[in-house]
Amino acid sequence: MHDFVQYVQSYLSSDQTPGAAGNIFWAVVYVLLVFVGLSVAVIAMNWLERKILAHMQVRLGPMRVGPHGLLQPIADALKLLLKEDIIPDGADKVVFWVAPFIVVLAAFTVFVVVPFGPTHAITDMNIGILFMLGVSSLSVLGIVTAGWASNSHYPLIGALRSSAQMVSYEVAMGLAVVSAIMMTSLEGNGTLSMIGIVQAQLAQHEWFLFKFFPLGFIAFGIFAIAMVAETNRAPFDLPEAESELTAGFHTEYSGFRWSLFFLAEYSAMIAVSSIAVTLWLGGWLRPFPNLLTGTIWNLAFSLIPGLTFLFLGAICFYNTARMPKHPLFKIQTIGLAGFGAVLALIGLVMFVPAVRDRVGDIFWFSAKVAGFMYLYIWYRGTFPRYRFDQLMKVGWKVLLPTGLALLILTAVVGMRSELLAQVKEVLHR
Amino acid sequence: MNPSLPSNPPVATPYFFYGLAAIMIIGGILVITRKNAVHSALALITTLLAQAALYLMLYAPFVAGVQIILYAGGIMVLFLFVIMLISIERNMKERQFNKQWVVGIVAAGALGGLLIAVYTTTKGGILFPPVGHESYVDGQNTQGIASLLFSQQSGTYMFAFEIASLLLLVAIIGAVVMAKKRI
Amino acid sequence: MTNISTLHYLVLGAALFLLGVIGVLTRRNVVIILMSIELILNAVNLNLVAFSRYWQGIHGASALQGQVFAIFIITDAAAEAAVGLGILIAFFRNKETVNVDEVNLLKW
Repeated sequence: MHDFVQYVQSYLSSDQTPGAAGNIFWAVVYVLLVFVGLSVAVIAMNWLERKILAHMQVRLGPMRVGPHGLLQPIADALKLLLKEDIIPDGADKVVFWVAPFIVVLAAFTVFVVVPFGPTHAITDMNIGILFMLGVSSLSVLGIVTAGWASNSHYPLIGALRSSAQMVSYEVAMGLAVVSAIMMTSLEGNGTLSMIGIVQAQLAQHEWFLFKFFPLGFIAFGIFAIAMVAETNRAPFDLPEAESELTAGFHTEYSGFRWSLFFLAEYSAMIAVSSIAVTLWLGGWLRPFPNLLTGTIWNLAFSLIPGLTFLFLGAICFYNTARMPKHPLFKIQTIGLAGFGAVLALIGLVMFVPAVRDRVGDIFWFSAKVAGFMYLYIWYRGTFPRYRFDQLMKVGWKVLLPTGLALLILTAVVGMRSELLAQVKEVLHR
Repeated sequence: MNPSLPSNPPVATPYFFYGLAAIMIIGGILVITRKNAVHSALALITTLLAQAALYLMLYAPFVAGVQIILYAGGIMVLFLFVIMLISIERNMKERQFNKQWVVGIVAAGALGGLLIAVYTTTKGGILFPPVGHESYVDGQNTQGIASLLFSQQSGTYMFAFEIASLLLLVAIIGAVVMAKKRI
Repeated sequence: MTNISTLHYLVLGAALFLLGVIGVLTRRNVVIILMSIELILNAVNLNLVAFSRYWQGIHGASALQGQVFAIFIITDAAAEAAVGLGILIAFFRNKETVNVDEVNLLKW
């Protein structure tokens, strides 16, 4: 027993991720934390998407189920779990059963290397970004088999279109990622590891978004467009839009299996947003880590997580005051006030110094990813859908040549001193 | 498991190896015996992913990453696409194995016998010492492969790299031409 | 349990190679034959990477030629799968069948 306690405590003073330190207990703890965090994030995304889309369309969204619809995701989850599980006649039972699990597996395994902080990752593989790109490309297999196993026309066409789209935009994503990786090698050794990429941004005093302006920016733009297409979201959601193909490859899936696809889609969105945040937006770094240093600035920036949660709690209390005074609304008012109290309590806990130092990295990373989630919802509310041939044209004829040109330009600009030296040497001979 | 052992060498290696080897062999047997081509493709994907894990055990992380991206995420998607474009329901009701299956198995058995003979003679035994652990430098695998492929001093495979890209170009043109309805 | 040596990997590679050869020689469906060819290429890759590891034990961490060879073979396999499946689509359009022993128009 004492051995075990010592094993648990031996990790707390190390400066590595649990996977790199070989500590299995803490690795399992981190895995469970990632699971729980992802589930909470998906539930929150469900609610946020409906509310934000509604407000963008000048309506209110779900308001009945809980105070301001806060319990709507739970009601949705209950409905999905209790629905009848229908398997179409003539469908291949084994493949029909396995397909959602492949997609969920691919979407969740990606989070093994996502860095929430310099030691807050499950593990830090040396090929981190390569692993993430590879495993997220495994979800295409799940979609293709799902469409095939449904033994029906709409899912098959939806699956083929969806996988063609995902494979095309993977190429553009890969090129944008490579041009970001090249920037890590400008100072010291280049690296493929996710934590190493953020540390390279810290060492070079610049987010890769602003590096060699506008090259980093265009690379980020290519990745931002390709990642929306990769996750089958608007405006690239032709294969699964309801008015086009009656929900595409997951038409025949009902209840729990559909919720697995839904979970996998939102997890994939969070995963590719994490890649974008790590590669271009500085990962877990707070704004201006090298410019505004010193204890006062560190203290000021470390107060922001707590202030954010207090602000959210204040919004909840304000809305509690605005609730109708009818006796039937009493439970909702109390519920909203309770929720606001919980948020305010979390904010107050984040002011404690011991928590403040640890939670800063995770907060900044999550805030940046949350910004990307808001962008996803904003795109859905704003853009009309691409037709399939327009979609493929954009992927192959616009993004791919731009990505290639960007790669060459980034390489040339990054190596300009060596290239100039070689040109001078050739001219002087 | 004793937690005070160093993490290198890992203690569970024989279990991982035998488990992954079992997955690969079972996947291979399923590939060659299933009637339904989609089931064979799924079994092959399992084999490829287990092989990527074996590459990680051999301290070749870059090859493992390339295997997952290209083989499992690219080539197998291509296979699944083509399986869905050709109608295999009719083919599932036909005879699955050749008329010459006996000769095939005898030939494979002869090849297997040859391989066993090579691996079990004493000379073969000397050639295969245990895999060493001290030769791996953490974080240098990708850089090492890159320097073999691209660097000016020791890049002996640059020409092969360019020829491989030419080969891929030829393959793309060939596949497009052959799958077109009207050339 | 003994230590895992290079021999273990070579035997596994040989077993996969044999499974692939049996698949190529005994099946009628072209797609399954192509998948068996992929099995053969994978077995070869496993051998190469195992020997690269063995060579690293002798010559140091930069003896990565086996892994480079394996990467080239994976690239090659992709090209070959693309062309092979193109051929398959072309003759499926002609004869409506995917069995190799029915492609016998040149048989004497």
